[in-house]
Order: sequence, then structure tokens, then C-alpha cells
Amino acid sequence: MSETIPPTRRSAQDFETAVDSADRRVAAFDPHRRGPVEKLQHVLHSNPTLVPVIVLLGAVAVFGVVSGSKFFSAFNLTLIMQQVSIIGILAAAQSLIVLTAGIDLSVAAIMVLMSVIAGNLAVYSGVPAFLALIIAFVGGTAAGMFNGFLVTRVKLPPFITTLGTWSIFYALNLWLSGAQSIRSQDIDSAAPLLKVFGETIAIGPARITYGSILMVLVFLVLWYMLNRTAWGRHVYAVGDDAEAAELAGIRTGRTLMSVYALAGFVCGIAAWASIGRVGSISPQAFYEGNLQSITAVVIGGISLFGGRGSILGALFGALIVGVFQSGLRLAGVDVLWQVFAIGWLIIIAVAIDQWIRKVSA
Amino acid sequence: MKTLFAGSALALVLCAGTAYAEDTSACLITKTDTNPFFVKMKEGASAKADELGIELNTYAGKIDGDVETQVAAVESCIAAGAKGILITPSDSRALAPVVGKAREAGLLVIALDTPFEPIDAADATFATDNFLAGELIGKWAAAKMEDPSKAKIALLDLNPSQVSVDYLRDNGFLNGFGIDIKDPTKMGDEDDPRIVGNDVTNGNEEGGRTAMENLLQKDPEVNLVYTINEPAAAGAYEALKAVGLEGQALIVSVDGGCPGVRNVEAGVIGATSMQFPLKMASMGIEAIKAFADSGEKPQASEGLEFTNTGVELVTDQPVDGIPSITSQEALEKCWG
Repeated sequence: MSETIPPTRRSAQDFETAVDSADRRVAAFDPHRRGPVEKLQHVLHSNPTLVPVIVLLGAVAVFGVVSGSKFFSAFNLTLIMQQVSIIGILAAAQSLIVLTAGIDLSVAAIMVLMSVIAGNLAVYSGVPAFLALIIAFVGGTAAGMFNGFLVTRVKLPPFITTLGTWSIFYALNLWLSGAQSIRSQDIDSAAPLLKVFGETIAIGPARITYGSILMVLVFLVLWYMLNRTAWGRHVYAVGDDAEAAELAGIRTGRTLMSVYALAGFVCGIAAWASIGRVGSISPQAFYEGNLQSITAVVIGGISLFGGRGSILGALFGALIVGVFQSGLRLAGVDVLWQVFAIGWLIIIAVAIDQWIRKVSA
Repeated sequence: MKTLFAGSALALVLCAGTAYAEDTSACLITKTDTNPFFVKMKEGASAKADELGIELNTYAGKIDGDVETQVAAVESCIAAGAKGILITPSDSRALAPVVGKAREAGLLVIALDTPFEPIDAADATFATDNFLAGELIGKWAAAKMEDPSKAKIALLDLNPSQVSVDYLRDNGFLNGFGIDIKDPTKMGDEDDPRIVGNDVTNGNEEGGRTAMENLLQKDPEVNLVYTINEPAAAGAYEALKAVGLEGQALIVSVDGGCPGVRNVEAGVIGATSMQFPLKMASMGIEAIKAFADSGEKPQASEGLEFTNTGVELVTDQPVDGIPSITSQEALEKCWG
């Protein structure tokens, strides 16, 4: 580019010719060639559900080889779907809260309380089953709104709020049920509608329960709401940066309230599904359901810092836990070591999430 | 005005003080006050205390495992000058020191249902013989099956912690059935090919169902199911029913809760071993009364380190040589 001018033809303005040889760009980033690892980091950053999908498929493949046809059969794979369906639905509710950078320790307690309420009304008090279920849905929504009220109005941190309401709902559950299960036979004779999600559709050896289908439907509907509606955008915005969202004109308090109410409603649905899954109504069941739902959410790649991750990740997260448990069990691994493996899954999942967050834009 | 209040308060304290000095008082400390098992226990203790003219104070932890509340309760009992304490320790080891203090202060300490570790941390233990409870249903199952050598056994236990009630019932069952149990304090160390596997249930319906599904997945020909308690048994039945195998397997259990007994009546559970929380408590109160009157301490049952409060087999299909009661009779005695 730089042509040299013979000294004899130089003039006073010739110094400006140096401009031509200068870099004409105003500003630029350092050229940066991405290595394969960084490329991967980038891809994962823009597709948060990719990690759980890969882990899920990988786990199915590995256990298919290790545990053989007992694991890799249509019957067993659909059984895993059945087994994770309740924690899956709770994980959907949990995802909503986690996307707003919150956490909900009370999801399982709301669910069990609502199943006890529906059962008591329908089996012992003679209330029509559908009405008992509607009361459970309304009750679940109200319980969620109570959490939402404490978070948005009283300004308590979600962790503390739901730590408190977890105990409150659990105590109410024990009080209402007298810590006594409602037997399967009593539900069958008084209110079979309560157990409808335990019904199965058999396709060859596969056994798909209505509960499994319900779980998938809940996720699809919530995915649509979160990704294709203004409300969903607001939820992500509030979770990512509540202050910025407020400045952008989003009514953050109202959005949060709606998220907690919806999560409570989903717990009400889970209550119905759980009666079908368990067969009876047990006040002692799902005591660790809240933690299991958080496990599914975390393994599903939804960031605990809010605003990032797809709700479908939680579905895959729940399935990963189910696949690991079934696979390890059929390989003859002790329960103790199954618990151990799930613990590592959580830590690895969050470590990967942290690493992905560090991606350069 | 203030002095008047203070004066009457003082008078009250004095009255209460003399009342304590005259009457015998006792404490009942349960793990929780929501579990029907402990509710029944409290009923039994209160009734017996009324009968014998003993003043009974009851305390309970908030949840199972709530050690602090129980420690505070023991301290209150010592301070109140009770003659004896009946306690179901939430933690067999953690509560041993505080009941040691109570014994030093001259109180009679009786463990109900759950023994301390070591068992002699208490003056006496009134409990179900859980090994025997397991043995009864094991023997019954062996007699009931056409060919016990073709049994395929699923074992639905409590949790991975290997707690005493869990391994005693499990090993008792296997021993009664005629299987070599190896270490009697360990589950899952047996190598008899008739055992399909062990899984955990947390003692509730949901866990029972999942565990049964898992073991059926290991071997769909399971024909004998042992369960740690009746809620787990109900869950196991649901799992069998879901795949149309409820007629294939015999389910046995331990507890004697009323819903469990009704499940025996309905044919869901083949046989269950009933325990008697009410009796544990009433025997405990009697022992405190005897101790207050004569200083005599209760003795353990022969051959055991504790006093066995009895266990009865409940089944509607009795077999020769194993005494049992029917579900109808059991409904009169069940708890919860």
C-alpha cells in the first residue's frame, strides 16, 4: 500500500500521504480464532438444553449396553417415564420459579396437601370428585399466591419464604390426614376419577400412563407460554435482571406473583396425577419431592441465577435421574451408590453451567 | 395490684410444689405427636395413668429425628421432679447422655418401641420383638406357598441406613422362611438364589410402588413380597396390579395399623405381624408406679435384652402350627 515518493518531488503536504498507509479501521476487536473447546462452549451457551439431551441419550446408550435388554426395552423405558412423572411435573413448577432467580422448597408440600384435601373431600365427605379436584387446583394456586405475596409484598427472599411455607403446608397435611393414608380401595369405590392418571395405554410392551402424557403436556404448554408470549418474555427478563426489567416498563411484582400462582396451580395438577401414580393418598409420600424437583431443574441446565435455560431442560433432567436410577439398579448397584451418583450429577451439571456462563460474547 | 399478682403466683407455685410432692408424676416423650402409632401410645399411657392416679405430662418432637426438643423435654421432666420417663428416642445414641442425667437424678427411664444404643442406657426397654415379627410372617409364607424352593422373593426395606427395625424385620422374615441370613445385623448380604433383590421404600406407598416396579423389572416372576410396613405393602400391590400380576405374588408385612389390617381383610396383604403401642405405654406406666411404690425396676424378657410387648400374626388364611388372629379380631386391637 505505501508507495515511496522520490525525495526530489516532495512537497509540504506530502506528510499526509502517510495517512494512506495507516490502519483505516476506527476500532476493532483483536482477531480471535476460536478453538474447538470455545466453539463448544459457544454452542452450549446458545442452546442450553443441549447438554441434558446429550447426557440423556448417552446415559440411555451406556445403560443399554451395560444392563442389556432389561434396561433397553420399551417396557422399562416407559416405566421410567411413569416413575419420573410426578417429580417431572413438580420440576416444571420449580423451573418457573428458578427462571425468576427464585427457589421453591414448598412445591411437594403443596402437592401432597392438595392431594390430601381432594381425597378427604371426595372419599370421606362425599363431595363430587371433580369438585374436589377443582378445590385442589384453586387451593394449589392460592398456596402459590401466598408464597408470591410473601416474596413480592413482604419482600422476603424466596428461599426463606418457601422454607417456612414448606413446614406450614406439611403440618397442615399431617393435621388434615391424621398422618393416615387413604386406601386405594376406598378411592376406587368413592372417587375413581382421582386415580385417572394411573390408567395405562398399552402399545405392544410399552405402558404409557396418562400421568406420563400429562407430564409432557404440562411441559409443552409451559414452554409455549414462556417462549411464545409476552408474559414469557417478561418472566425471563425479570429473572435475568429485575431492575432492568422494571426500567423497561415490566411490572415485575405482578409478573412474579403470576409465576408463583402458576407454579402453585401446576402443583395442584401434580396432586391429581400423584394419586393415580401412587394408587393411594399418602401424607408421608414425596417428602423429598422439593429437593428432587430442584435436582431435575439443575441437571436440566436451568441456571439458578435466573433468566437462562429452557423449561424443557427440566423434563430431560427428571428423565436423566430416572434413567440413572433404573440403569444402576438393573446393573445391581446398591441404593447407596445410586444416591452417590445423583449427587455427582448435580455437581457436574452446575459446574458445566458455570463454565458456559463464562463464555465470551 | 402487682404484689397481689405476685402473691397469687407464688401461692400457685407452692400449691403445685406440694401437689408434685404428694402425687407420682411421669413423663411420656414420643418422636412426634402426629404418627398414629404414637397417638395410640399416648392414649394408652393417659388411660393407665388416670387409672393408677399418676399425673402424666406428655411431650413430642416436631418431626422424627428432632433430638433437641426431646432433650429439652427430658430436662423439664427432671426439673419437674417426675418419678419416671417413658421415651421413644428420636436418635438412639444422641439421647443417651441426657437420659443418663435423668437416671442420676433418680428417675426411672424406660425406652418404648425404639431401644437406646447401648440398650442399657435406659433402665428398661418395652418394645416389639421385630425379629420375631419378621419370623412369623416368614414362617407363614413358607407354609402357605406350594413349593418354597421355587420362591422368588422381593424384599422391600425402609431406607439405606440399615437401622435396627429394618434389618431385624428383614432378617427375621428370611430366617422364618428358611433362608441363611449370614450377618443378622445386615440386609442384602444373603446369597440365596431365591432372593430377587432388596430395594428401599421409605415406608410409604409411593416408595413401595417404585421399589416393586424395580424388582419386577429385575425378575417379573416374583411370587413373594416382604414389606417393611403396610403402607409400603399397599404401594407394592398397586405396582403388581398395574401389570396384572396381583394374583401371582403373596405380600407379607409388619405393623398392625388399622388401614393395614383392612388390607388383610381385602386380600391385598396375605399376613401381617401386629405390634401393640398401647400396651407398651400402659406397661410403662405400671412400671413407673411400681418403681415409685417399691423402688423395683422391671426385668427384661427371658433371652432378650428388652421386655417384649408382644406381636401377633394377623391373617385370614391361617396355617397349622402358627397361631394367628383374623382381620376381624385384629380390627378391635389395631392402632391408628
